[in-house]
Amino acid sequence: MTAATGIGARVLRTEDRRFLTGTGRYVDDLPLARATYAYFLRSPHAHAKIKSLDTAAAKAMPGVVEIFTGKDTADAKVGGLICGWVVKDKHGQPHKAPPHPVMALDTVRYVGDTVAMIVANSHAEARDAAEAIAVDYEVLPANVDLARAFDKDVPEVHPEAPGNLVYDWEIGVKADADAAFAKAAHVTKMDIVNNRLIPNAMEPRAAAADYDKGTGNYTLWSTSQNPHVLRLILSAFVLGIPEHKLRVIAPDVGGGFGSKIFCYNEETMVTWAASRVGRPIKWTAERSESFMTDAHGRDHITHAELALDKDGKFLALKVDTIANMGAYLSTFSTAVPTYLYATLLAGQYTTPVIYANVKAALTHTAPVDAYRGAGRPEATFVIETIVSKAAAELKMDSAELRRRNFIPSTAFPYQTPVALQYDSGNYPPIIDEAIRIADYKGFESRRAEAKSRGKLRGIGFSSYIEACGLGPSRVIGQLGGGVGQWEAAQIKFNPTGNVQVMTGAHSHGQSHETTFAQIVSDKLGIPIETVEVVHGDTATTPFGMGSYGSRSLAVGGSAIMKAADKIIAKGKKIAAHLMEADVADVVFEQGTFKVAGTDKSVPLGATVFAAYVPHNYPLEELEPGMDENAFYDPSNFVYPAGTQICEVEIDPDTGVVEVVNHTAVDDFGNIINPMIVDGQVHGGIAQGVGQALLEMAVYDKETGQLVSGSFMDYTLPRADNVPSFKLANKVTPCPHNPLGVKGCGEAGAIAAPAAVMNAVHDALAPLGVKHVPMPATSLNVWQAIHGGN
Amino acid sequence: MTINVAMTVNGKAVSGKVEARTLLVQFLREQLGMTGTHVGCDTSQCGACVVHVDGKSVKSCTILAVQLEGSKVTTIEGLAESAEKLHPMQEAFRENHALQCGFCTPGMVMSAIDMVKRNNYQLDEATVRRELEGNLCRCTGYHNIVKAILAAAPAMKSAGV
Repeated sequence: MTAATGIGARVLRTEDRRFLTGTGRYVDDLPLARATYAYFLRSPHAHAKIKSLDTAAAKAMPGVVEIFTGKDTADAKVGGLICGWVVKDKHGQPHKAPPHPVMALDTVRYVGDTVAMIVANSHAEARDAAEAIAVDYEVLPANVDLARAFDKDVPEVHPEAPGNLVYDWEIGVKADADAAFAKAAHVTKMDIVNNRLIPNAMEPRAAAADYDKGTGNYTLWSTSQNPHVLRLILSAFVLGIPEHKLRVIAPDVGGGFGSKIFCYNEETMVTWAASRVGRPIKWTAERSESFMTDAHGRDHITHAELALDKDGKFLALKVDTIANMGAYLSTFSTAVPTYLYATLLAGQYTTPVIYANVKAALTHTAPVDAYRGAGRPEATFVIETIVSKAAAELKMDSAELRRRNFIPSTAFPYQTPVALQYDSGNYPPIIDEAIRIADYKGFESRRAEAKSRGKLRGIGFSSYIEACGLGPSRVIGQLGGGVGQWEAAQIKFNPTGNVQVMTGAHSHGQSHETTFAQIVSDKLGIPIETVEVVHGDTATTPFGMGSYGSRSLAVGGSAIMKAADKIIAKGKKIAAHLMEADVADVVFEQGTFKVAGTDKSVPLGATVFAAYVPHNYPLEELEPGMDENAFYDPSNFVYPAGTQICEVEIDPDTGVVEVVNHTAVDDFGNIINPMIVDGQVHGGIAQGVGQALLEMAVYDKETGQLVSGSFMDYTLPRADNVPSFKLANKVTPCPHNPLGVKGCGEAGAIAAPAAVMNAVHDALAPLGVKHVPMPATSLNVWQAIHGGN
Repeated sequence: MTINVAMTVNGKAVSGKVEARTLLVQFLREQLGMTGTHVGCDTSQCGACVVHVDGKSVKSCTILAVQLEGSKVTTIEGLAESAEKLHPMQEAFRENHALQCGFCTPGMVMSAIDMVKRNNYQLDEATVRRELEGNLCRCTGYHNIVKAILAAAPAMKSAGV
């Protein structure tokens, strides 16, 4: 294929035209005839008994069609929402799994817990009627403070999880770590809180459902990152609608970042109620509902210790973490602080002994689950802040301490002490390039210049590793995952030669319609304009696992490559027939089949036409048609790695931190479209800067009220909170997938918080400041400098 | 109680019956079926709903439909000259990969056009970042949005739009 559109080219996006002209189709945009509108009445209390619930007055309100409560769903035997990953604790026992009813029965467990569903002729009427529902709550003490969640005097969220403990899990051998620490020349200790975040995709969650009485078929339009998985959960565990009678469509989806992976009660209720109401039902979250009820992210309290020898070599790492699960276990919640966190604690380093203990806690807060990076940002934050702290304590250069401990490029595949085997990587050239781009050598003069202006300037490193491209199904299964993690693809040629590529992955900003078309165009030697990528509809795409964990290209793209190989293999047989040649002599180059050593050739399009109009065709040995399916199950995770360097300036009088430079050098393996990859990194860094400096989900520790429940209270990064970023790439191709690619979707968010916080601490070090809590808001920084509350 | 309202949207005369509480964005999306203008929050913070009213950018979630009687409204659907010829700002967003999920994009583009005009087609990065504070994007980190707006300013000037 021409270099202009093939693999590696900066191809402008196919999907842009509709988004730029207002013709995208998001769930809330759907015109549904005779639609009704749902509104959910939510608990205003973190913990309360529902003493009585009276809907009579509300039912008589104008436009109200129906009102459902927890009793209705219980009577109809609607199943509870599930947690799909069984984590076994350190005694081999499965995690505590309290029930998660789709609507509260007699107890509400967080502010935003669902109490009733009002269906009306308009959204306004549904909302008005909600105000007429009389609920008598007996307000109970709430368990909100994560640090105290296991204390004896704290109320239990669920009787099924005594002491609010979901699991007490460990990896590594504590005695080995203790032995290594006994030999240490230096030990660095650290207590940190990984602040709780609210994902805030710009499109609020939405769901619309329709029931066809004639066929008994349900259709659910949902803002989902994984429509097939959503259907599987709804069918097999929650609603019992057979999969073939439930179609799930995730049309254009306005960002996800993890928060749209999970099966939520609203989409469940809308589907369930559609057949009872007999009309389509639409629901779109208001932003305040997004804040209250989208699964939150992070929220760890961690104590970590790093043992070093006299030369600065890491001997061992010990980590104790309490992870907040919220009030109910969301779909993948249990895996996030275990298999997606503690298994990453080796980072880029040869640390020979690692022990981690993770206790998962229930609290009267919104469920917590995967958010961009999911466990890996938390791991990177632990490693990369403790390494920088150790460097500061030892008065060593932060980059030099990292270099001294990097896994050498000759050591791959590298078995870490925490289960993962890194497939490939070469870390020193990455940090070298980052140092060059960031002009690390010139930093001290910039610091001095800033000081002359009364500003404190600091610089911080973060060298991350991540395991993504989920994942090898066998390993996922051994670790307790409830599903396979392969991906599926179908390449269907039409008789006239254009192509539809059906993928089980889902794009909600990742640009699959362009990237996947580039792959097919390049591989099959056909114009990119003739390739359409189809995704997001269980009726038209093969069963697939969806998009999360930076898996779409590494796993979904590999499935597309496999399907393309099948197309080429079949085309070869047809071409051999048409050219009256031996199949073994036929080669495929740039869209054309040729007989080696002759001038005979047949374009791919001619074999496609012959396959659909098989008048001159080897029907005895070959089926007509050109339509191939493939499934790809990866043999390992992929391991993107990189280094970010952040430079900040702090105004000591106000505590305001400004990010003045931010550099990221990444190894994502081979790159299909550099423009799109850079865009993913930009967005990730901004989210990481948001976590480091601005974002914090705050619950009142007594009442459990969500204090940061709107964009006026929760600071999403704005354009003037971030600089323009400096990016570069190094490439070590992934050795085990056909594209040689690694994931790029989460890297920015994984690395950035540590880089920013290390820069903040570096800037404040001359003042003797030892610790600034994350986020380093002006208040937190000012207090760290000046003391007091 | 409903109230009659008439205005011009993207050059066409439109009218409808609305409640007093109906917001412009609701009128556009629900009555006119023009769903390019998005609602991303309920506190006038995100800017996904920005349209032009009589040539100036307005958050359409912050103004009542009845206030628009006789006004000229332009939405994202009314920007491009034709299916083939995008507005220079739309083109700059495409050229610079200034959009990912596309949800904030309509409001970004509408705000950006007004910003360029307000600043007499002369912008620098700091100004763009400061004046973009009414629009949130969670995907792009703003990097390419800023680039697109800086690129669009001279393109708009030479195109005379």
